[in-house]
Amino acid sequence: MVRPRLKILLLAAAVVPLCGAAQSALVLKSTSVTLPDSSAMFPPGPGADVANANCLACHSVGMVTNQPVLPKAAWEAEVNKMRNAFKAPVQASDVPAIVDYLVSIKGPK
Amino acid sequence: MQDTRSPGRGLRRRRLLGQAGAAGLVMAAAPVRAKTIDLPLPGGPDKRQITTAFPQKGAMILQRTRPPLLETPFEVFDHGVFTPNDRFFVRWHWAVIPTEVDVDKFQLAVHGNVNQPVSLSLQDLMKLPQVEIAAVNQCSGNSRGFFQPRVAGGEWANGAMGNARWTGVTLKSVLDKAGLKAGSVQVRLRGMDQPVVADGPPLMKSLDVDHARDGEVMIAFAMNGQQLPLLNGFPLRLVVPGWYATYWVKMLNDIEVLGQPDTNFWMATAYTIPDTPNADMKPGQTGVKMVPINRMTPRSFVTNLQAGARVSAGKPTLARGIAFGGDCGVKQVDFSSDGGKTWSAALLGKDTGKFSFRRWEAHFTPTAKGSYTLMVRCTNTDGVAQPDHANWNPAGFMRNVIETTPVTAA
Repeated sequence: MVRPRLKILLLAAAVVPLCGAAQSALVLKSTSVTLPDSSAMFPPGPGADVANANCLACHSVGMVTNQPVLPKAAWEAEVNKMRNAFKAPVQASDVPAIVDYLVSIKGPK
Repeated sequence: MQDTRSPGRGLRRRRLLGQAGAAGLVMAAAPVRAKTIDLPLPGGPDKRQITTAFPQKGAMILQRTRPPLLETPFEVFDHGVFTPNDRFFVRWHWAVIPTEVDVDKFQLAVHGNVNQPVSLSLQDLMKLPQVEIAAVNQCSGNSRGFFQPRVAGGEWANGAMGNARWTGVTLKSVLDKAGLKAGSVQVRLRGMDQPVVADGPPLMKSLDVDHARDGEVMIAFAMNGQQLPLLNGFPLRLVVPGWYATYWVKMLNDIEVLGQPDTNFWMATAYTIPDTPNADMKPGQTGVKMVPINRMTPRSFVTNLQAGARVSAGKPTLARGIAFGGDCGVKQVDFSSDGGKTWSAALLGKDTGKFSFRRWEAHFTPTAKGSYTLMVRCTNTDGVAQPDHANWNPAGFMRNVIETTPVTAA
C-alpha cells in the first residue's frame, strides 16, 4: 500500500514545501496605520506627579494599574529595572517618591 | 480615553456630525460605553477593557495601550484551531513602532560573520522556495496573571497565544544567500521597532546557528493566507516552531551572524528561566542557575465551558477544547470530570501539524446535581505530560499546569 503510506508521511511533516505553481500568489500591500494612545494619568495622591513625569514616556499608565498588589521590594526592583536595564531617565533622587507612590496604590494594605 | 466633556472636543464633534448628516446622528445616538471583561486573576485587579481601537484588530482585551499588549478573548479558541489574524494577540516591548511600511522600499539585511552581506527586497525574498507551517505562537508569560504569589509583568490570562498557518521562506535559505563563515555561532534577529530612550536596549534575539539553519525556522510573510497585521509584525516575522514567541521577532529587517554567543540584555538577562524541570523554583530561592527561555511545553484547555458554567444533571455533556504539545506533537489528551480522580482519553481532532493546536473532545454525564471539576491534560509525542502543580519563577514564564474548570450541574 504505497499511497496511504505516502499520505501519512506528508501529514507527519510539519514544514510543507510549496512547489512551483503552489508558490503563494499573495501580493503584499504597503500599510499605514494609526495607533491609539492613552492620555490617562496615575490616580491622584502624594507622588502621583513624580510618577506621571517619569513613567509615562515609555508606557501608558495601564501597565501599572493592571499590576497586582506587590511588596515594596518588588516595586523598588521594578523602578530600578526601568532605570538600569531600560535606561529610563529617572533621577536617583526621584526613586523613593516613585516607589512610595506605587506602594500607596499597589502595595500591601 | 477621549474626554467628550471638553468643550473644544464637543464642538468639533458636533461640526463633524453636522457634515455627516442624519446617518451620523443615528450613530452618535448609540451609547458610548466601554465594554469590559473580568479576568479570573487571583487577588485582581481583574477588570480589563475590550478594545476595538487597534488597526487591523477586532475585539481584544486591552492589557496596555502603549506599547500595545492585546490579549485574545478566550472564546475565540473555541471556534477552531486557527486563530483569526484580527484576534491574534499582540505584544510589543518598545513604543517606537513604525506605523507605515512601504513594500517597495523594505529591505532585509543579512550581515556579520558572512561571506557576502546581502540586502533582500520583499520581491527577492518571495522568489525563494516557499514553505508553510502551522505553529502556535505563545508569549513566554502567557497566563502570568495566575502565578501565586503574583509577579510583575503583563498580567495575561490564557489568551497570549495563537495558532496560524505561516507562509514564508526558511531562515536557512536566506542565510545561504550570504553564506556563513567558519566560526559562526549564533544568528541575531532584530526588527524595526526601537527603544523610546536613546540608550535603551533594542529588542534582539538570537538562535544557535544549527537551530537557525534547521529548515523549520522560517521568515513568514503571511499568516492564515493573508499578509500579517502590522501589529503582528508586517511585513516579515520570524517563526520559530515550538519555541516561545520572544524569538518570533516582528517587523524583521536585520539578521546578523555572530562569531560569539549573544550577550545582549534580551538574551542574557531578560527572558531567562530557572534551569530546572518546568522552570520551577521557590519564591525567594537564591543561587538558581538561569538560562534563556527556549522550548515550549504541552498545554490543553477546555474552550466550550467556562469556569462556573451550568450543565444539565443526568445528561451527556460535551467538553471540547484545544491542546498543543509544545515543541512536538500531541500524543494524547486525557479528560477528567471528577477533579483528577479518574481520567479517560479524549477524542483527538484532525492533525494539522505537530506544532499546531489540536482539537479534542470528550463526553461526560454529571449523574447528580452539584459541582464538578473538569480537568484536561495533554501528553506530547515525547511523552511529556502537563504537571499537576503550578510552576513558579520570578518572571512568570512557562505556566503549563493542568487546567481546572469548575462547573455546576443543575
